[in-house]
Amino acid sequence: MIRARGLEKRYGDSRVLRGVDFELPRDGFLIVTGPNGSGKTTLLRLCVGLAAPTAGELEVKLERGRIGYLAHDSLVYRELTALENLDLYGRLYRVPERRERIGMLLERFGLWDARLTRAGSYSHGMLQRLALCRAFLHDPDLLVLDEPYSALDDEGVVLLERELADRRATAAFLVATHDPERLRMQATAQLSLA
Amino acid sequence: MTAYLADVRALAHKDLVLELRARDTLPAMLLFVLSTLVVFHFVLPADSSALAAKGLLWVAIVFTALLGLSRAFAAEREQGVIDGLVLAPSDRSAIWLGKAIAILAFLGLAEVVALPAFAVFFSGIDGPTVAAVALADLGICAVGTLLAGMAAASRARELLLPLLFLPLAIPIVVGGVGASVSSHTTKYLGFLALYDAVFALLAWASFEYVVTE
Repeated sequence: MIRARGLEKRYGDSRVLRGVDFELPRDGFLIVTGPNGSGKTTLLRLCVGLAAPTAGELEVKLERGRIGYLAHDSLVYRELTALENLDLYGRLYRVPERRERIGMLLERFGLWDARLTRAGSYSHGMLQRLALCRAFLHDPDLLVLDEPYSALDDEGVVLLERELADRRATAAFLVATHDPERLRMQATAQLSLA
Repeated sequence: MTAYLADVRALAHKDLVLELRARDTLPAMLLFVLSTLVVFHFVLPADSSALAAKGLLWVAIVFTALLGLSRAFAAEREQGVIDGLVLAPSDRSAIWLGKAIAILAFLGLAEVVALPAFAVFFSGIDGPTVAAVALADLGICAVGTLLAGMAAASRARELLLPLLFLPLAIPIVVGGVGASVSSHTTKYLGFLALYDAVFALLAWASFEYVVTE
């Protein structure tokens, strides 16, 4: 699904990634680890198409509409409610039976009661749950998750792990994390960035 | 095509809802354009011609539009929402068109207040001026939204947008003032329409490269 050879990314004089090689098959689950500033987020941004590599080869055999991306930011409008945010993304991703799917995800991530509350009033943990709903909304074939456990409470962690287990058979995963032990059981490979 | 228009509609609707809730662009534009006209009213000598006043109307319109454009992508900058929109499978020009339509609505509303105010402070507004303002709005929003998208990605966005926008707004001012004060109204209106068509096409085709690396 993704194949990278000698991947490099520079921002001006600063080299963020150097000579990264990896492959992610259709049923793969790749964990990306490394200290702060090692280029984990940059690598994920390259893979989803939000940035272009400076050198090397990157092949992503998937349309961008089939990728679900969880970023550091929630990628939701603060002045819109959870329902309105997901409805907007559902329209743009042409999600079939949009309303039912949004309702199911909000219920599953414990946000149903707060569905009519503006995202700007959400706590960090609730925003992360909403961001996960957004990433899972269109039932993607590839999930690119940047620190998915960030800001989640214990209940949120359980919800996420259940969701990852449910989707493991139908999607490939590329996950950047500081806590690889949580995902060790599911992972098929690990990429350590220096 | 239907899907594209549905995306544009959803994006424009979202911007209108955001403004309805946050109320941080339209009230500022209204206050700015009214304040500018009041200042011009006192700056312009009492025996000045109506032609000079028409020129000032165009100054007020261009700078009011600039104020609105400077806020155009403010909501997308927060929480990195622009990344979410760019990753959606819809055509990226739909982001530009939806945003341009929303800015056009704000500018149009500001002018609904500004034009009667101009008539009160200075002189009456004639048909050619209204037509010129409507055509100029299309060009301002087409070009301005593209440039606002470019500036939003920059750290010096407050500085960059006026520097990019004002030179490209010169033909709009030339056409607008010409249509308002000249006897060759049709020629100037045609010029504005041509500007709108050319720059709308360019902005539509190039927006994808503005929001991607």
